[in-house]
Amino acid sequence: MSVTRNDFKVLSERRYERKALHRGYSDRTLHVDLGTRTVEERPVSADTKKRFVGGKGYGLRLLWDSVKPTTRWNDPENAIVIAMGPICGNVNYPGSGKSLVVSISPQTGVPIDSNVGGYFGPYLKFSGFDALELRGKSDREVILFIDGNESLVQVLEAPASGLEKDTHLLAEQLTHAFAANPDELQQVSVVSSGAAAEHTWIGLLNFSLYDRRRKGIRVKQAGRGGIGTVFRDKRVKALVVRYKGIEQDNNAAADPAAVQRIGLKLHREIIVNDDKQCKMRKQGTAHLMEVMNDYDLLPVKNHKYGQDPSGPELASWVWEKLFSQNLPDGCWFGCTMACAHAVDQFLLETGPYKGQKVCVDGPEYETAAGCGSNLAVWDPHGILEINFYCDTYGIDTISFGTIAGFLMECWELGILNKERTGGIEMEWGDWKAACELMHAMARGDAFGVLTGKGVKFLASHFAKEFGADPQLMKDIALHGKGLEQSQYVAKESLAQQGGYYLTNKGPQHDEAWLIFMDMVNNRIPTFEKKAEALHYFPMFRTWFGLQGLCKLPWNDVEPSDNAKHAEPNKVPEHVANYIALYTAITGESLDWDGLIRQSERVYNFQRAFNVRMGKGKREDDKPPYRAMGPITAAEYESRAERYDKALREKAGIDPAGKAVDEKVKLLRKFRTEQYESLIDAVFKRRGWTNDGCPTPEHLADIGMDLPEVIEVVKARISGKA
Amino acid sequence: MIKYLKTIDDKCVGCMTCTAVCSKLYFKQENPARSAIQVNDLGKGAFHLVACDQECRLCVQECPVQAVTVTKGGFVRVDKNACVGCLACVAVCPIGAMRYYPGEKAPFKCVACGACAKECPKQALEITQKEERA
Repeated sequence: MSVTRNDFKVLSERRYERKALHRGYSDRTLHVDLGTRTVEERPVSADTKKRFVGGKGYGLRLLWDSVKPTTRWNDPENAIVIAMGPICGNVNYPGSGKSLVVSISPQTGVPIDSNVGGYFGPYLKFSGFDALELRGKSDREVILFIDGNESLVQVLEAPASGLEKDTHLLAEQLTHAFAANPDELQQVSVVSSGAAAEHTWIGLLNFSLYDRRRKGIRVKQAGRGGIGTVFRDKRVKALVVRYKGIEQDNNAAADPAAVQRIGLKLHREIIVNDDKQCKMRKQGTAHLMEVMNDYDLLPVKNHKYGQDPSGPELASWVWEKLFSQNLPDGCWFGCTMACAHAVDQFLLETGPYKGQKVCVDGPEYETAAGCGSNLAVWDPHGILEINFYCDTYGIDTISFGTIAGFLMECWELGILNKERTGGIEMEWGDWKAACELMHAMARGDAFGVLTGKGVKFLASHFAKEFGADPQLMKDIALHGKGLEQSQYVAKESLAQQGGYYLTNKGPQHDEAWLIFMDMVNNRIPTFEKKAEALHYFPMFRTWFGLQGLCKLPWNDVEPSDNAKHAEPNKVPEHVANYIALYTAITGESLDWDGLIRQSERVYNFQRAFNVRMGKGKREDDKPPYRAMGPITAAEYESRAERYDKALREKAGIDPAGKAVDEKVKLLRKFRTEQYESLIDAVFKRRGWTNDGCPTPEHLADIGMDLPEVIEVVKARISGKA
Repeated sequence: MIKYLKTIDDKCVGCMTCTAVCSKLYFKQENPARSAIQVNDLGKGAFHLVACDQECRLCVQECPVQAVTVTKGGFVRVDKNACVGCLACVAVCPIGAMRYYPGEKAPFKCVACGACAKECPKQALEITQKEERA
């Protein structure tokens, strides 16, 4: 059904003065209260700019100011902030189209941050705003329209009928309704969610890009932590931005020719090296599938195992054949890494769109692993169907994969039955059952609503209501702080356990991915070296989020001579690119230490934010044992040689003659102690107390000693909070 | 049919008439860096001429906004109004025939107009046609 702009009633509007950007910033943010429907713009102070840089830094700053320590995700004062960063939107350096979305997560109760592509962020930025904050709750379904061409912001009432629920239809409808004419469809971008975001805590936001070749919209996801759930709770149907005029220097860079030169250098490196390295241009992140299977890191059956003989059925070459090839599938203009692949003309076999042919965005590695091998689903078509429905229903494939894996294990253990699941038989490998679970989430069926709260909730619910062993539930519910873990098996790498669980938002791989450094190459053998890596990499990677950058072009392509450097894992030449790019755009000088310091400020601010929300304690940073080692005798025996060796060589315990159950216990004790030692070393390196709170001294050292932050950490350290 | 500028290296003497004609015509200045036809001095009196063959079309494939297209006249052109200036086309060109000038918003390339061929004193350049590849 088609809608036109005239179908939307204007509830409130504000015209603003069009201001040229200067060196990557407009120094102005846009604030919309959905309850009062007021729209205001605010200047960004020089101090905020210096301390918080942009992107995630701005998002967290605005969120802090919006919420109270007692704020829950569905309180009106919880905000959703979308912020871009100074480098965002340049078209020359691959991977420069990201925006960062933050909110208080329904799953964790602390800030979540999610890095997303698509055209919305850059269009919003060039419309004149460094960030957009949504607060309050609407009493009716609304659309926020930002017209960068006309310098106009409108809160619009959604028509009573005719508007679709799910993203693949809704974003398409809105793109057509708000484009000035059919030639300008690419100049519109929509943020939307879907039906399942209304009933679960794992709702996501889809950021659209209009694909001229496919003549339709595609979407990238701000996936993690349930921001789509907050969005729908506020009764926002969609955000629409329109901006015409993308060109080489919308950022008004200090040195636009340098931006071109640095960008072209990486473009060329990608064109020459990608096919010999990661094949991102042909396979995207799905290139990792067989590598992970080979190294026993691919999640199989709720991360119980890391490998399966069926692994090759989901290998990169399988995906390469399914993905449409030779298309510039970047999620922002000028990204020659072009990893945003799609399967076209995919025929759906289940659900409300059964029988229709659709374009499926992805799958990326996380989806193929989490919703494939992790569920023992070895049929790529099954994974594509799950992927499509997760996206259009507006739910996170990572959390969904971990939830479905947990449920399938509970089914196997006899904790679940058809009566408890509303008739869904959650057998391993049954992708149609996984889809049925998703349809139940979208419909708001009881089992869909229940399971959509995530594995933390389910573990205690199953123990309480279904008599499941509470310890076993705790062990196999793969989450940290309430957020489901993403899809790398962390058991054999202590550093990666830290990479996942010593994080601010929960176990997401975007802070540190240390498995190969630690487990395969043994480059960080001591606690101190692990701690250094768990300081450096989270800080370094945080910087992408401050700038509006994608992580992938940092190390998913490397200079041909990268290995000659002393620390090839840091890809020093690319770090030099980033520093030069930052300076070319902002005109500010920066060095490697300064880059880390920018991140350190925001990272510690986020930690202090967790403290302010009553979390951010040592206890919050501990993994479930499924992420650390074998829970059962059967798991131990599946890798007996490895675990016996670990006992003998690492723990100094002779496994000979010991019963398996005893060995399981001994290994568990050893690994748990190792993790405690790791926490000690990491907290010390990060300048935190032994309970994980940033010290006032450290905050002063790094320049994050704002009075409100110091007050929070002092209260925690003195035991008052 | 594909219309293109055929380059005959053996005949080139490196007089740079072609680059002057091209840059003057399209950029109102004589500057080899702003010429779509390039003359590379290989030493010892040998020269290598570079211009788009109008055939490989990797740039057309790579452009995210379809600003690089094949015209009805059988050559590849950049629509400067539609171009966002990402330079992906410059990177992907296997012979360096897609060019850009530092600080200019859009890249440029040979459109087989023939102005240089007309002025070449040694007939090292000519406009000709070839069949589309199947």
